[in-house]
Amino acid sequence: MTPAISVTGLTRRYYDEVALDDVSLTVGAGTITGLLGRNGAGKTTLLRILAGQEFPSSGSVRVFGAAPAENEDVLRRLVLVREDQVYPDFKVCHALRAASFCYPNWDAGLASSLLKDYGVRPGKAIKGLSRGQRSALGITIGLAARAEVTLFDEPYAGLDAVARQVFYDRLLADFAAFPRTVLLSTHLIDEAAALFENVVVIDRGRVALDATADGLRGMATTVSGPVLAVDSFTAGRPVWERRGLGSQASVVMVGQVSGEDRERARSLGLDLTPLSLQQLVVRASARSAGSDSLTERTWV
Amino acid sequence: MPEMAGLDEGGPLFAQVAERLAGEIAAGGLAEGERVPSTNELAAFYRINPATAAKGINVLADEGLLEKHRGIGMFVATGARATLLARRRAEFTERYVQPLLTEATRLGIDPDELIALIRESSSERGGVAV
Repeated sequence: MTPAISVTGLTRRYYDEVALDDVSLTVGAGTITGLLGRNGAGKTTLLRILAGQEFPSSGSVRVFGAAPAENEDVLRRLVLVREDQVYPDFKVCHALRAASFCYPNWDAGLASSLLKDYGVRPGKAIKGLSRGQRSALGITIGLAARAEVTLFDEPYAGLDAVARQVFYDRLLADFAAFPRTVLLSTHLIDEAAALFENVVVIDRGRVALDATADGLRGMATTVSGPVLAVDSFTAGRPVWERRGLGSQASVVMVGQVSGEDRERARSLGLDLTPLSLQQLVVRASARSAGSDSLTERTWV
Repeated sequence: MPEMAGLDEGGPLFAQVAERLAGEIAAGGLAEGERVPSTNELAAFYRINPATAAKGINVLADEGLLEKHRGIGMFVATGARATLLARRRAEFTERYVQPLLTEATRLGIDPDELIALIRESSSERGGVAV
């Protein structure tokens, strides 16, 4: 697949602070990728550099094969929706008009139906919108732009669970009808996990994990039950974490579980629970602190 | 965790989509020769990535349970239901009987008692008397 985005050896320094440290990744065209990681990990910096709003200290960034910074050809095909998006002293309808001039694939019908879903009146001054309504406006512009590369940076400040579900549903529906490359940064991993084909985890400016979402699900399993049975079951297999409570133990075991394993677990009276994507991402972030052993090498 | 119409985070989503579709074919809800929901229909229903839904459909297509009619979509192949029922029958002992026996042993229920319990439940449900 042709990558829509390709980043090689990207480093971004602010004085003595390193925001991005030798980041390399590619994002395939027509995929939805989750950009995950803790606050301050470097997600926003990466997205801003992809959108040409900030410059790399070193390394190469290509969007559609060209550097995005000050490149009108690239920037017209790209939209970035930021968490703290600032607007001029506009009414909502003016912001939409401005967006319609910027983005060649702009869909005004989609924009007005989204605003209606979110209960935002076009005649309202942006200054007078609530935090959630401002996020709704950002989401509306991000989706209605139908830009070939669509970047969402934590786009839902102030939106409740119902409003976020509206975003996920509308994103999936419009993505299905008009495929594009979507990069969505979020810390609400459990909620958004099913949207992603791929996930990239950034931790302290480095890529801690870059894999397909479904490849990660079921790659680690919690084995719990009587201590002796757990130890005998997990003997000789890679293990991340072990906890005990009296005669009970719980161990996170890495690797696929076969039918034979299941049979054996059952006869030993053990419970097997696969780790969710969220749990895996948390672990990837925690582990990359000391080593970068949790990269694809470990997974495949 | 949003509601994914019955899917969960335990294991790859594409495999769960395939399992769901297979279940529906086995139950007769999707008849042979009938069109199966499209990738986008499945994605909207389960609230998952369309590529994930497509991968689920492809699992069944690779097994010959679905066939592609160019430009129209995927259809349940002839013989798919029989294949799936045979497979489920083969898995029945492992999936249902073994766990039942394990738990029965744990509780000190001997096989004769277990058979009596099964008979009892079966007649309560209006099932066939054995």
